Amino acid sequence: MSRITLKVNGAPHTVDVEPLTPLLYVLRNDLGLQGPRFGCGLGQCGACAVIINGVATRSCVTPCANVRGEVVTLEGLASNGVLHPVQQAWIDEQVPQCGFCQNGQIIAAKVLLDKNPNPTEAQIREGMASTLCRCMTYYRVQLAIKRAARTIASLPSRSGEVAKAGRAGKAGWR
Amino acid sequence: MTTFTRVPHEIERWLETSDQLLSRRGFLKGSGLLVVSAGAAALTGPFAVDVGAQTAGRYPDPDFRQLDSWIVIHQNNTATFFVGKTDCGQGTGTAFRQMMSDELDIAYDKTTCVMGSTDVTVDQGGSGGSDAIQTDGWPMRRVAAEARRVLLDMASAKFAVPVAELAVSDALVTVKSDPTKKVTYGELIGGKRFNVTLTGNNVDATTGTAKVKGVQDLRIVGQSPQRYDIPAKVDGSLKWAVDVKLPGMVHARNVKPPVAGATLVGVDESSVRSLPGFIKIVSKGNYVAVVCEREEQAIAAAKQLKVQWQKPAASPFPTSDDLYAYMRSATPTSKQGPTVKGDPDAALAGAATVVEAEYDMPFQGHTAFAPAHALADPSNGQMTVYSNDMKSYGMRNGIAQFLGMPRDQVRVVWMEGPQGYGRTAADDAGFEAAYLAREIGRPVRVQWMRHEETAWDTKGPAFTFKLRGGLDAQGRLVALDYNAQAADYCHVGYNEADTVLIAQLMGRRRATPAAGSAGTPSDMYEIPNKRTGSQVVSLPLVWETPIRTGNLRDPNGPQITFAAESFIDELAAAAKVDPIEFRMRLLTAATTDDSGFKRARSIAVVKAAAEAYGWDSRPSPKKIESGTILTGRGIAYSYRNQTVVAEIAEVEVNRRTGHVWVKRLVCAHDCGLVINPEALRRTIECGMLHSLSRALHEEVRFDGEKPTGVDWITHPSLRHTDTPATIDVVLVNGDPNPKRPDLPHYGAGETICKPLIAAVANAIFDATGVRLRRVPFRDARVLEALKTARV
Repeated sequence: MSRITLKVNGAPHTVDVEPLTPLLYVLRNDLGLQGPRFGCGLGQCGACAVIINGVATRSCVTPCANVRGEVVTLEGLASNGVLHPVQQAWIDEQVPQCGFCQNGQIIAAKVLLDKNPNPTEAQIREGMASTLCRCMTYYRVQLAIKRAARTIASLPSRSGEVAKAGRAGKAGWR
Repeated sequence: MTTFTRVPHEIERWLETSDQLLSRRGFLKGSGLLVVSAGAAALTGPFAVDVGAQTAGRYPDPDFRQLDSWIVIHQNNTATFFVGKTDCGQGTGTAFRQMMSDELDIAYDKTTCVMGSTDVTVDQGGSGGSDAIQTDGWPMRRVAAEARRVLLDMASAKFAVPVAELAVSDALVTVKSDPTKKVTYGELIGGKRFNVTLTGNNVDATTGTAKVKGVQDLRIVGQSPQRYDIPAKVDGSLKWAVDVKLPGMVHARNVKPPVAGATLVGVDESSVRSLPGFIKIVSKGNYVAVVCEREEQAIAAAKQLKVQWQKPAASPFPTSDDLYAYMRSATPTSKQGPTVKGDPDAALAGAATVVEAEYDMPFQGHTAFAPAHALADPSNGQMTVYSNDMKSYGMRNGIAQFLGMPRDQVRVVWMEGPQGYGRTAADDAGFEAAYLAREIGRPVRVQWMRHEETAWDTKGPAFTFKLRGGLDAQGRLVALDYNAQAADYCHVGYNEADTVLIAQLMGRRRATPAAGSAGTPSDMYEIPNKRTGSQVVSLPLVWETPIRTGNLRDPNGPQITFAAESFIDELAAAAKVDPIEFRMRLLTAATTDDSGFKRARSIAVVKAAAEAYGWDSRPSPKKIESGTILTGRGIAYSYRNQTVVAEIAEVEVNRRTGHVWVKRLVCAHDCGLVINPEALRRTIECGMLHSLSRALHEEVRFDGEKPTGVDWITHPSLRHTDTPATIDVVLVNGDPNPKRPDLPHYGAGETICKPLIAAVANAIFDATGVRLRRVPFRDARVLEALKTARV
């Protein structure tokens, strides 16, 4: 066991675990987070996705000792009680069925829009291709991504740096 | 106050928090019947679940004949509904709230709904069979109507006016002649018991004396409030069954036989004893699990544990490539039918054209998005299981039987989980967690690994079909001969103590395996001469096998409808008649209908689908195009219970790669009275795509001793890249008297899954002239078929 410090959703946490412990189990069982979940343990489905340095990362295959940079989870996307536009689009579009995979869908969509605020249909489909859903909410996920893109484009900051820049009243989406 | 012991503790707690009930609380405490669970979280959210230290029990069955078991009115003029159903992701809780709010005359947003935990809600069986709205919605409506009646009686007494002179809206009762005289539900009864006894021989028949409203008087039903469960699923705040943590809990992982039918020879504990966090190996019969302090430790230990297995003497099953030949040569374990109408043999002998075809459907798995999981707490001599089991009541009974515990010392707390669709009706992990918790004496959380779930979950049975049809000289269908054969022997039931996997592995098996079933098509076609028959066959290995069948979303329906509706299309093509025109002739040939007007409604959905799609009437196949991409469209139709659907698929087939993209889907859907149209639309979209995954990708592959698909690469599923560009859903009310006040609400979900595979096959035929008679339509199989046909 060794002491490892992780910065998660803005706060530092020190845990005493084996260094090779996948980040997922630390987030869930030591830090009590519920957004990232176990789906396959193989990095194939996206249920465990978190954002590290702007990259959608599969926490089930990421040893916690290898984490460099802040970890942002589903719980960390909202700010000051305001949901990220992607999350709001998920509610407006009523995307989930069971919802178990939606952590991965939302994290992947958020990172996709951070990199490409105005994706084409083909870019959405390709960009989301390795994020799975067994209730098959894909059609609504894609509509929600387009809706979120419209919302983000309508905000004062259009640079795709919305997350960092924020704006009055809706500051600080990660 | 003679019946309060039968009202759930949870409801007692709701009432107990009322300031006005100090005297009653004192009475209850004095009687020793009030139990306040230490550390138990209050129900903070609209559907929060009590997760806390286990109470001392016991957990008697909530009495469905007590109105207080179903509805609590709070002093702040809000209401909580308690229903014995679970939600597999279709938003049924929202629908229940709509129906009950409407009957109670209270605003939807002033209500909450608690579902599916065995000590809290009456036993309505949990979920399954798309019966939540169709069957269980009725007692919910009746008890809410009864609560409204009782409240109006109370207001009548208070104001000394007849009920007829009262008006009620949004939980506020007013005297019509003097609107200054008004009282809220909360003022009338908030925090107090109704103490009203209901009647009914069973929970489905539960009723008071009040009548439910006519459709025209329903205000909330038919609207689309957003699903209340979605915000917490989007912001990460929902506590799922996988999230429950208890003091002192430990983690377990199973070690399954590497080969089907293997016998355990020995477990080498020394191979893991020194691992960090190791607690114990639990082994009985062929069941093996490792228990560790931390989750990742249990995963590592299960991987490292050295176990010696003895392979079975005989091969447990054929390879998946040999499956259909095996099934066709196997001796049936049971037969159903045949049911004969007219003289099909004579009609076939005299037919101008006879069409024959055989179809194959593979075993298909649930492959739930997350593997089976549960947490069991054995403290205080009770057993509480936190589970996403869709049939939580059955799990409670099964675990009590499995452990030899009295039922009222076992409870299952239902919480949200990955999609059910039948997998969690035969939920192995809850049994395993309970067994291990008793062995260890601490709360134990079990979760299967991906390879276990994909390989060992329950499977929808494989089918082979043989059909013959006869057309007369005018192209009319005069005879149909249908035979189906399902590999469904030893079908796993609902949470049975002698069929769940841990019981099988321990050797606790029932004497006679379940017979299983095959089944016949669900359509309203009028065919003068018809024979339908089916039989079940067994694989060589019956017990302890990963190729074990259970209920998969509309069990058998997608398989049967694939064959039946593909064959109707083949007959239409042979008759050179447009596929919709051919079906309409069969639907309109009859002159009688059933009590639910299913024939009229079948005609309505087929017409509605054709209209929504913009169907151009012509025979299939179309003239084969010259480019790389071939396009076509296909229709299929079916019903389940009283819900009828017609679905149209438009495909693009790449003749160079064999890749099929379903570019557009249309569904016309008639489930009677629609409770929440927007939620229904999404259920339809997703249900069609689930079947599309089964059509294009899904097949349980196995060699002679084990499944070979164990993850999302080796067992593929639909992806974002497969998603249609457009999905159109038409909600149809095809009832001959569409505005009748007693229009029923039928089960909406599973019917969606029936016709889709055939619609895709028919579209591929329309595009290419090639008939695919074996599922799935993976690229390689399609390409081979195209090459064989020189397309």
